[in-house]
Amino acid sequence: MSAATKAIEAGHIWTFPGGIHPPERKDRSNTTPIEVLPLAKQFIVPIKQHSGPVGDLLVAVGDNVKAGQPLTQVGINNALPVHVPTSGTVSAIGPGRIAHPSGLTDTVITIDADGNDEFYSFTPLADYTTLSRAELLDRIRQAGVAGLGGAGFPTAQKLALQRPLDYLIINGVECEPYISADDRLMREHAQTIIDGTEILLHIAGCEKALIAIEANKPEAIAAFEALLPNYPQLALRVVPTKYPSGGEKQLIQLLTGRQVPSRGLPIDVGLVMQNVGTAFAVAQAVLNGKPLIERVVTVTGDNIAKPGNYWVRIGTTVAELLNQCGFNPVADSKQEQRVIMGGPMMGFTLPDLDVPVVKITNCILVPSNQELAPAAEEMNCIRCGACADVCPAQLLPQQMQWLAKAKDYDGLEQQNLFDCIECGACAYVCPSEIPLVHYYRKAKAEIRNIAREKAKAEVARERFEARQERLEREKQERLERHRKAAEARKKAQAEAVAQGGDNPQDAVQAAIARAKARKAAQAAAAAKQNQEGDDE
Amino acid sequence: MTVVTALIVLGVLALAFGLVLGFAAVRFRVESDPIVDQIDALLPQTQCGQCGYPGCRPYAEAIANGDEINKCPPGGQATINALADLMGVEAKPLDSAHGEEDVKKVAVIREDECIGCTKCIQACPVDAILGAAKQMHTVIAHECTGCDLCVEPCPVDCIDMVPVPVRPDNWQWDLQQIPVKNVESSH
Repeated sequence: MSAATKAIEAGHIWTFPGGIHPPERKDRSNTTPIEVLPLAKQFIVPIKQHSGPVGDLLVAVGDNVKAGQPLTQVGINNALPVHVPTSGTVSAIGPGRIAHPSGLTDTVITIDADGNDEFYSFTPLADYTTLSRAELLDRIRQAGVAGLGGAGFPTAQKLALQRPLDYLIINGVECEPYISADDRLMREHAQTIIDGTEILLHIAGCEKALIAIEANKPEAIAAFEALLPNYPQLALRVVPTKYPSGGEKQLIQLLTGRQVPSRGLPIDVGLVMQNVGTAFAVAQAVLNGKPLIERVVTVTGDNIAKPGNYWVRIGTTVAELLNQCGFNPVADSKQEQRVIMGGPMMGFTLPDLDVPVVKITNCILVPSNQELAPAAEEMNCIRCGACADVCPAQLLPQQMQWLAKAKDYDGLEQQNLFDCIECGACAYVCPSEIPLVHYYRKAKAEIRNIAREKAKAEVARERFEARQERLEREKQERLERHRKAAEARKKAQAEAVAQGGDNPQDAVQAAIARAKARKAAQAAAAAKQNQEGDDE
Repeated sequence: MTVVTALIVLGVLALAFGLVLGFAAVRFRVESDPIVDQIDALLPQTQCGQCGYPGCRPYAEAIANGDEINKCPPGGQATINALADLMGVEAKPLDSAHGEEDVKKVAVIREDECIGCTKCIQACPVDAILGAAKQMHTVIAHECTGCDLCVEPCPVDCIDMVPVPVRPDNWQWDLQQIPVKNVESSH
């Protein structure tokens, strides 16, 4: 065992550069148990709630559906399905506002609830070790499990990566202020999370899992400490409170001292990470056959009367959720009430409240303007360098800001823009209120767009060249056909002559001779006339 | 005598190095990327012919032979700047005689009006229109370069050029959208 592995086994906690300590404000929502809210009348389920392709539709308008029934299927493009949140009728399928910062529409399935909340039949599994790895992965995929930590990457796809693994890391850090959904889940469902972790270990073919929890969650730590003695292959790691310790690359650095290579994946350093919520969903999917149709959502902020954590069915609209939690919008008519999906650091302001809660929605934040000031006017950069001090990816935010403003995309790539995890620490400390992350996001989107255009141009060139080639080939073929036809004609004539038939050439010669004779006759007649004329 | 020796020695050295260099020049010759390919790689490959040449590659050849670099409206100023960089010349504004820079578009056939004449199919430089004689035609949208060449030949004017729709996956972040800043509360 190498010294580094020994240190990991001994529970050594490394550190990562930068980071900030924003006010946590988690105590507003983490003191009460997770509550179940009454079901909404209508649910809006977007067919794309994860990264990757979308599934083919399985239902039509007017269909009666039951909770947990798949709405889309895996299909040939290996998509992740979405499921019915509660029993009812499919009332519409079409474009609808989705929870995306653009406020654009995407295909959504609207379900009118019948209020009975009948469930589709699920097949529980007594002993998951009897199934093969592929069957277990399929079970997880069919249940629509995506990473619940933020990016929504399909879990089965992540687990399908075949590479020797040193550790599976279960991420219960939840470092972003306000959010306490994972905290409450760990306190109340530690056993299920451990079951899920064991299944993940089994599928990944990995020996050991590290469960990471931030030091500011003593109750969750206690819940796991009570259970873990029975599970020698699981180890608890308590990481110090700092934002963004819960970032994938940052947590890997904290627990193992390893650095994920630029543009690489944790699997490149022999690790794979899953969120605690994902581990819970995996346990539900594999053991009970239950698809992902609900998740814990933190609803918090000054303008919420009943902040707390709630089991929310996927597809519940934010408006419905807020109404049930006591929503008091800002009274000041001059200022609009902001509703943020996600946390204060990485979340985005919703374009309107009719968007649904999706698989990756961990928090709805309704702040007053005192606790979370609206974006102030951007001032000039004073080159203080505070942003570079707090950057957890050791980038140069200030430099990247100049380059992003100048649209110098090559320069940005040289500055490793794509290593930016968009944690917002740089913008948080910026004394000039520069929305740095926005510049990076915009530049990233622009660079991706350019790459897409380039790929498209390459395809267009290939198609153009293929067409030119085809036209040229067709022309050659046509000429060749004409040549062959002419040859065949000549050959047929020659054969006909050889067999004693008429030679068409003779006919031509005869015709020419006739024409000549006629011309000669005409010329003679004319000469004769002229002569007679002269004689008269 | 020493002068002659020096001359002979230097002469022999010069000859020897000359031979080495000459051999190296032939043996280790680097096949440089022909300039036409480099120019072609910068052009947007819409094959629209707005530059006056029948496609992007012919225009690339023309630029290599000294034509102006500002005749490509689909590429716009970004392409002109890139070409100026490559050719080592001054970037100029787009020559409006060849057209204006426009949003990206895609051709759409109003299918119930199509008479199946195949004229647009023959006009399409990238074979992005599907159909046969007396059968309805349709555009393969993701292969369409928005070159406009199919619009003119259509005898019943059933082809529209529509801007490429903005979807969540190709949407550009708007700067004034999300407050990221978290300020200390007053209480």
